[in-house]
Amino acid sequence: MARVMRNFVERHTFWAIVLLLVVALFLLMIFAVWPDWLVEAMGRKKTFVNTLLNGITLGGLYFLVASGFTLIFGLMRNVNLAHGSMYLLGAYIGYEVADRTGNWFLGLAVAFVAVALSGILLQVLIFRRMADDDLRQTLVTIGISIIAADAMLAIWTGTTYQFSPPDWLFGATTLPVVSVVKSSGAAVYIKYPVFRLVVLAIAVAVGIGLWVFLNRTRIGMMIRAGVNDREMLSASGVNVQLVFVLVFAIGAGLAGFAGVIGGTALSVAPGEDIRYLLASLVVVIVGGLGSISGAAIGALIIGLAEQFGLAYFPTYGVVLTFLIMVVVLAVRPQGLMGGR
Amino acid sequence: MDSRGLFSGSFSIKDVHPAILITAVFLVAYPSFATDFFIFQIGAYSLILGTIALSLMMLAGYGGMVSLAQLTVAGLAAYLMAILGDNSMGVMGLGWPWWLTVIVSVLGAALFSTFIGAVSVRTEGIYTIMITLAVAVAFFYFVRQNYVLFNGFTGFAGVEPPTLFGIYWRDPVPFYYLTLTVAVGFFGAVYYCARSTFGLALQAIRDNPRRMRALGFNVTLHRIVAYFFAGVIAGFAGVLLVWFNGRVSPGTIGVDVAIDILVIAVVGGLRHPVGPFLGAIAFVLLENFAIDLIDRERFNMVIGTAFLLVVLFSPDGLLGLWNRFRDKFRFRGNALLGDERVSKNDPTSTGSLEKN
Repeated sequence: MARVMRNFVERHTFWAIVLLLVVALFLLMIFAVWPDWLVEAMGRKKTFVNTLLNGITLGGLYFLVASGFTLIFGLMRNVNLAHGSMYLLGAYIGYEVADRTGNWFLGLAVAFVAVALSGILLQVLIFRRMADDDLRQTLVTIGISIIAADAMLAIWTGTTYQFSPPDWLFGATTLPVVSVVKSSGAAVYIKYPVFRLVVLAIAVAVGIGLWVFLNRTRIGMMIRAGVNDREMLSASGVNVQLVFVLVFAIGAGLAGFAGVIGGTALSVAPGEDIRYLLASLVVVIVGGLGSISGAAIGALIIGLAEQFGLAYFPTYGVVLTFLIMVVVLAVRPQGLMGGR
Repeated sequence: MDSRGLFSGSFSIKDVHPAILITAVFLVAYPSFATDFFIFQIGAYSLILGTIALSLMMLAGYGGMVSLAQLTVAGLAAYLMAILGDNSMGVMGLGWPWWLTVIVSVLGAALFSTFIGAVSVRTEGIYTIMITLAVAVAFFYFVRQNYVLFNGFTGFAGVEPPTLFGIYWRDPVPFYYLTLTVAVGFFGAVYYCARSTFGLALQAIRDNPRRMRALGFNVTLHRIVAYFFAGVIAGFAGVLLVWFNGRVSPGTIGVDVAIDILVIAVVGGLRHPVGPFLGAIAFVLLENFAIDLIDRERFNMVIGTAFLLVVLFSPDGLLGLWNRFRDKFRFRGNALLGDERVSKNDPTSTGSLEKN
């Protein structure tokens, strides 16, 4: 990682400096007590810090959803438009299990496994039959998402569900960030929900886990080889179909996993599938299809854009997300980290 | 029609297949025997959906670009009609004369489509479907959030066609003929376009963009122009749609509806401009009469399953099924009919949809 960063600094010195300055500015805005003119220009500091944290944690959630999407595409060239349905399916299954057993972590695990299994079924029963016809595969995933959305509506109806995670995950914590200093001289600290910080921690953990898996294990090596050249990997004696099934299982499982995490942080309701499908699409278009690091960067950008849009220009929030996508496509059609 | 007859410009009534004549007579005579419900809710609605799907068919079938944003383009035209013209919601409604509203709405939609094209054609193949889907979803959320221009969740109501020549154009029979004229006009335009220099170049680009680039064709420009034409078609359809419904709201351009348009085009068949209309008729009939067989709530299940079956087993849709059936029939009769089958083959039907 250090080498990657040094490379980046050497090659794009200007952008590295700009990036550093932006990060420094943000840190300053977080930790310094705001002077009056800044409050006048940007509103209260609490709003800004909360929006920033919301954006970063939402980015974490988007990364969880989009990493599976981009992993599957990277290897199989399969744009799985049923990814949003898998997210929602995971959320519902996780809710059922957590509700019946009272164990939130069990719900999380079962959601991962169940959705991973559904992914394996899809890969074995359908996609294997139409390899190398990516348009048809995509159309099939659309058909599946229509049916899945309707089936889930039939089973779980239109009700909104709310998870009840363990108490120590819930509630709010006080951050070491001063919001305002009262006239009496006492500092008011900003509070923030614990679970959202947990979402961020999980996203970082999953990101590191994926990186280690892809870069430090034998199977990861096979997957990376498959991304570069599928035929060559197959010719060197690897059972490519098995690798496909494995990747599809992990990608789908991550969607289900994200379903429980996202469902706990926000809520579970019909229509969420489309929302997270859009998020995955925009994240990978911005970040670059097939790149895990691209998904991380894209998720962070889109998460921040969405929250800042919502807080500072409410009715035009979506436009900001859309504009970012258009600008990236105009400048780098393959996405920020996309190789090809 | 042999290939020479196609390009020499000679044309006589004998060249017209009897099936086309029968269809034409049926379409014109349809209101004389159908009830108002069948004229308006089935006939006109099928033609409108078919026209929107036609714009998708043109992009996907001839250009190889599957755009999920065609309904969004039509939706923008519908919204512009309500914003620039009259509506009964008290929001916007600038009260422009109807002809100016229609022209500006259609042009606005076409420009929007061109813009979507310009954004998405820089990438290849499967990206198109993702980018256009993202555009469709983003536009849906945008109009739902925005109350200043688009009146948010409620949308607009009370958008009416003008009363012209003493005819109220929203009455079933006049409206049917209006949609029929537009639909047939664009059907003919697309049919002609596929055989024009531009259409042939577009199809060649679909099949091998690198070769066309090497031959000196501007691949990007051809694709963007195709988006512009598709935008004009979708824009007109959007105008008709808002006159048909009398209202437009985020639900009109929701993602589920955008996918319905894709379903219609794919189920009908993407190889020939008649496909989208076949698909639209099947879709509207199913939508109206499937209630008798199954629960209304489970309509999407039926549509999804039908779509899945078509994609899995007959990638060319209903048209493909028909062609297969006909070929089988012809094959049996081959000994009698000689080589007629070869000469009747449509030159455009051999194109492939595969990404390159």
